[in-house]
Amino acid sequence: MRDTKATTNAPATALKPKKRARWTRDDTELTILALPTTIWYVLFCYLPMFGIILAFKDYRIVDAKQSFLYNLFASDWAGFRNFNYFLDLPNFANIVRNTLLYNVVFIILGIVIPVGLAIMINNIYSKRASKTYQTLMFMPHFMSWVVVSYFVYAFLSPEKGLINGILRSLGKDPILWYSKEGAPYWPFLIVFINVWKTMGYNMVVYLASITGIDSSLYEAAVLDGASKLQQARYITLPSLRPIIIMMFILSVGRIFSTDFGLFYQVTRYVPRSLREVATTFDVQIYKMVTEMKGMLPQSAAGSFFQSAVGCVTILIANGIVRKVDKTSALI
Amino acid sequence: MKKKASALNDSAMSRLNRIKPGTNVTFNVLFLILSLMCFLPIIYVFMISISSEESIAEFGYKFIPEGFSAKSYKFLWMRKGEILNALWVSFKVTAIGTVMGVALTTLMGYVLSRREHKLNGFFTIVVFIPMIFGGGMAASYVVNMNILHLGNTIWALILPLCVSSFNVTIARTFFRTTIPDSIIESAKIDGASQWTIFGRIVLPISKPVLATIGLFLAFAYWNDWYQSSLYISERGLLSLQALLNSINNDIEFLTKNPGIGMTMADLRAAMPTEGFRMAIAVIVAVPIACVYPFFQKYFISGLTVGAVKG
Repeated sequence: MRDTKATTNAPATALKPKKRARWTRDDTELTILALPTTIWYVLFCYLPMFGIILAFKDYRIVDAKQSFLYNLFASDWAGFRNFNYFLDLPNFANIVRNTLLYNVVFIILGIVIPVGLAIMINNIYSKRASKTYQTLMFMPHFMSWVVVSYFVYAFLSPEKGLINGILRSLGKDPILWYSKEGAPYWPFLIVFINVWKTMGYNMVVYLASITGIDSSLYEAAVLDGASKLQQARYITLPSLRPIIIMMFILSVGRIFSTDFGLFYQVTRYVPRSLREVATTFDVQIYKMVTEMKGMLPQSAAGSFFQSAVGCVTILIANGIVRKVDKTSALI
Repeated sequence: MKKKASALNDSAMSRLNRIKPGTNVTFNVLFLILSLMCFLPIIYVFMISISSEESIAEFGYKFIPEGFSAKSYKFLWMRKGEILNALWVSFKVTAIGTVMGVALTTLMGYVLSRREHKLNGFFTIVVFIPMIFGGGMAASYVVNMNILHLGNTIWALILPLCVSSFNVTIARTFFRTTIPDSIIESAKIDGASQWTIFGRIVLPISKPVLATIGLFLAFAYWNDWYQSSLYISERGLLSLQALLNSINNDIEFLTKNPGIGMTMADLRAAMPTEGFRMAIAVIVAVPIACVYPFFQKYFISGLTVGAVKG
């Protein structure tokens, strides 16, 4: 539309790139439509990005009558002192280890198990049974971590839980799961609970891609005498490659952040006894923000550090994928 | 005729290309176990909530309790003021948040889908940057508390979760792929403004994406406890999830809030703490467990649309 108008009005400029067309009423209207959401983005995404100034300030209340912003700007600059505080935390290495190790395990299991299950469930004879399994396995996805923590407590409660009941009836000593004695089991419990909660949802995502694969590929394979296993290996998996790569980049990009509720709620607020096995970046920063109100600059430094590293990892992951397979890259 | 023949062919083909019956049985058993694993916890918690106190005290939590009692639910009913209030907060947050979120998300999605818009590149970047970088949780907390002053207001529960770049991308991709440019062009020739086009033409034919985004948001709001735990300290503003969390948080909850006309000793004696807590978990979890099967398909379609980049 606009292009034809431009050329009729000024034939001489027809060869110029069409981007130079002038601003129309249409553009104004669309800009107005985008305005409310843009304001939201400014307030809730971009303002916090500038909020990281706090991480470089030695924040204190200079004048109690003035607003927060006034005090923020009136406070002295702290350089990297707040960052140093965070990096020198006695459990810093432990936090990094927990965050990275859990995420690596989650990424691997979060791809292998759902893809395997999706291929299996796709081959079950009865479609009705398959639908029922999917629905039931989707359930944990809709439960909040608070509710899940009650589920877990019902099983792990030291005196009344099902697991200790079974241990007792087998003549073994019950385990105090939420105390120091139970700590060695928690890495496995956390991984298990995470798999339990995400398995059904991810399976359905991959299943949706599998059903989209052209069935003539499988027919041709059968005629060539390919077994079911060979079909999965040479047709299904290659067809799933783009979506697997995409899920992979997304989760590698988030390798420095964790599902806060999983660590905080399920362990019942990370008691002292489980601190070593369940503290990740998010838990640490949350505890600093809520429990130590005077440490806001230090927590801001910590969360800025986390999101800066997260930004770098997502760009690196994307860069690698771009090298290997350009079409699968995110950016 | 031809169609019938090919359909016959297809079914013959799929019968030929089947896993072995033994494998089928194995797979079915495996999925049966996994399904039970996913679903039994909610039944277990329900059974605990209707166990009698004696049964819990003597045998612990059991799938099939030795004695039943509705005491936990009676207790729940005694505290109905607080619980109904929490339900009302949850409901309000979910309703307002979902409507606002859908409006803001689809508006932006629509604008981004109009490639001829001069500021298209600019708005795309506005939406894209938060996907890879953010100020972090502490900075958001400071902004919401000290600059926007959202602490202890219902808006602290609503606004921060309203829009996500992921949902905006879903909406944009949907508008781009399903709404033909010709419809919009012809409306423009008829002199319609963009507002009319969006409200009268685009939205009515975009019900699937509205449903998907609406449900994503509704479940997120209903299940949220995190915003509450950061920004809400007033008991009257606790949502159902936050109430559940706060009960977990201080076990002394009931002793701190004695019912009317009861002494402390009466209360302690009448208080089936464990069963009561599980009963609240049940009333939080069961509605969702009953409702989600009907909405499942929108979640899946939303995911597959979201997976299409472009």
